[in-house]
Amino acid sequence: MTELAKHEPTTIYIKPSKGFTTLNLRDLWIYRELIFFMVWRDIKVRYKQTLLGAAWAIIQPVLTMLALYFLFDRVAKLPTDNVPYPIFSYTALLPWGLFVAALNQGSRSLTSNHNMITKVYFPKLILPLSSVLAGLVDFAVASVILVVLFFYYQVTPAWNLLWVLPLFLLLAIITALGVALWLSAINVKYRDVNYVLPFLTQFWFFATPVAYSAKAISEKWQLVYSLNPMAGVVNGFRWALLGIGNGPDTGLWVSVGISVLILISGLFYFRNMEKTFADTI
Amino acid sequence: MAIAISVNSLSKRYRIGAAQTKFRYGMLRDVFVDSLTAPIRYARSLAGRSGNGRSAATQNHIWALKDVSFDLEEGRVLGIVGRNGAGKSTLLKILSRVTEPTEGTVTVRGRVGSLLEVGTGFHPELTGRENIYMNGAILGMKRAEIDKKFDEMVEFSEVAQFIDTPVKRYSSGMYLRLAFAVAAHLEPEILVVDEVLAVGDAEFQRKCLGKMNDVAQQGRTVLFVSHNMSAILRLTQEALVLKRGQLIKRAPTPEAVDFYLSSGQAESGERLWDTDEIPAASAPFTPISLRLKDRSGKVVDTIRSTEPVTVEWEYRLDAPVTGLRVGMYLNTMRGEYVFTAFDTDDAKQYEQFGARQAGHYISCCQIPADFFNEGRYSLGVNASSFGVRRYFMDENALSFNIDITGAPGTQWPEVRQGPIRPRLAWKIEKIE
Repeated sequence: MTELAKHEPTTIYIKPSKGFTTLNLRDLWIYRELIFFMVWRDIKVRYKQTLLGAAWAIIQPVLTMLALYFLFDRVAKLPTDNVPYPIFSYTALLPWGLFVAALNQGSRSLTSNHNMITKVYFPKLILPLSSVLAGLVDFAVASVILVVLFFYYQVTPAWNLLWVLPLFLLLAIITALGVALWLSAINVKYRDVNYVLPFLTQFWFFATPVAYSAKAISEKWQLVYSLNPMAGVVNGFRWALLGIGNGPDTGLWVSVGISVLILISGLFYFRNMEKTFADTI
Repeated sequence: MAIAISVNSLSKRYRIGAAQTKFRYGMLRDVFVDSLTAPIRYARSLAGRSGNGRSAATQNHIWALKDVSFDLEEGRVLGIVGRNGAGKSTLLKILSRVTEPTEGTVTVRGRVGSLLEVGTGFHPELTGRENIYMNGAILGMKRAEIDKKFDEMVEFSEVAQFIDTPVKRYSSGMYLRLAFAVAAHLEPEILVVDEVLAVGDAEFQRKCLGKMNDVAQQGRTVLFVSHNMSAILRLTQEALVLKRGQLIKRAPTPEAVDFYLSSGQAESGERLWDTDEIPAASAPFTPISLRLKDRSGKVVDTIRSTEPVTVEWEYRLDAPVTGLRVGMYLNTMRGEYVFTAFDTDDAKQYEQFGARQAGHYISCCQIPADFFNEGRYSLGVNASSFGVRRYFMDENALSFNIDITGAPGTQWPEVRQGPIRPRLAWKIEKIE
């Protein structure tokens, strides 16, 4: 009884939602601890019952880097702005890996937690959001190799620009979250998303200057090219870490604009589909 | 007394298209056929809609709840009874905000905790301790709140010894106890309890009911859904009877239970199919009734495990059917299969009855004594021609209880894991 006397219970009104739904970020704030727990669960569980454990966070980008190295440096001899190719590609593989993992986990986050959705009330935004955030740990682990590469090739990072790196990281997260919001909500009804994802990431990889330099794209196509927000992210990473490329230019702002647009539209689409999740999943 | 829950002409409509596909799955072949024919069905439904829009639209929907209204005062314990599909779970889902109503409103004063959701978000790889925190957060508890109640939860769950073991190593009983412990300590102003009490061993069920009683004693509001009439009678003062989405009776519990049992819709060891419950697609197969009978031929819903039980399915064929097999699935209430069997499983039997003339039939069999373990089981039925067509299927046609008095091993007051409890002819030899 004492427990009850302490506070006047809040009143909840349940009614069919009509028309356009608001974002209801207040609920997200109330459930902030759940975001933390979901991220924590994702991280704890990710490499359970694997032989190599968290080493996979390093092995994956390193093997990709080696493959790209032999193909594009040894065989195709692509120009890399006078930076050793392993460093050149690894600076791009870091944000790219984060993006792909976030995109894949985020897009499947609703369907893989369907039992939560059909049984408990909570802001569903937490699911894609926490899967995207959980990818940051892999990102941090994989970054260690970049430091090793800097020492091995005796390349000096662009110290003066390093502080902008978190901003580009944020751009990568915003892009991944925006796309994940769209795809996860669509995935609830149409599982086709699962089949689209591999192609999407593959095409997106070729459209992003991970393996090659953005300079390989001719001048008149540059602006079209920056419609891909990940191009902005990857160029930004190279600029902030190695001091190569142009730094913030019109192309970057186009990328930023597109990615914010995807995020905001994604949020509203997600919120409007949310009420049907429990019935259709 | 203030009103804790106020429900106003609440309705919920589901598309049955989705529900049908869900039940039709089961055989991989069906899944393929289903996906191949999906565009055709879609085109047909479009054509139907453009032809006579109104009727096609109403046919594709079902009202799981229709115009339900009631008020519940704070501190009351309300029972909800009704057979499967009456809308009980839908009502609870709307109250706990899992799904939205199609029409109507609900005003809820206070936090709604629900025992629908035991173990939600449990991850097999996480330890008991980690899962308590995870599950608590999902149920809307604050970290500090979980810290405070942690010891109490562990004690309640009786798994203290294994609290740092991944829950995938837990027995199903341990898993359930832990899950229930978290949900039971949520201390919501309003507690919603579904059939969960049907799972777990008798001792644990007593504990759960006790916990629910405590909650009620503390002046909290409880909504209790169960098929167990004795539990409803014991724990609730008032009850609602739901039938096909409509509230048909609200009365003091003894009166409501009496009404429910005598109106012939209770689960009483017998299931009768009304014509409007049988999909048109099942023709020429028409199910009539399904019964469980004890040794003396009486229809029963509680069976002693030491006695055999007869399962009897009566049906009509309106046209000859070839390759027919009529049979059952037996499940525990937690959805684990115990077995699947068909009346033409025997090759000779299949030769004789595989092709059946039109007519009125009964397929019956006996499940031997000393087969079931304690608990509640669900009997599903299926009539199909393998690789050709499934005529009729009802995954949860009937449920029944098993009483284990006199079963092997009952001299020890412990839980025996597993759905079966055979009497084995043990031999003990001294070899030296």
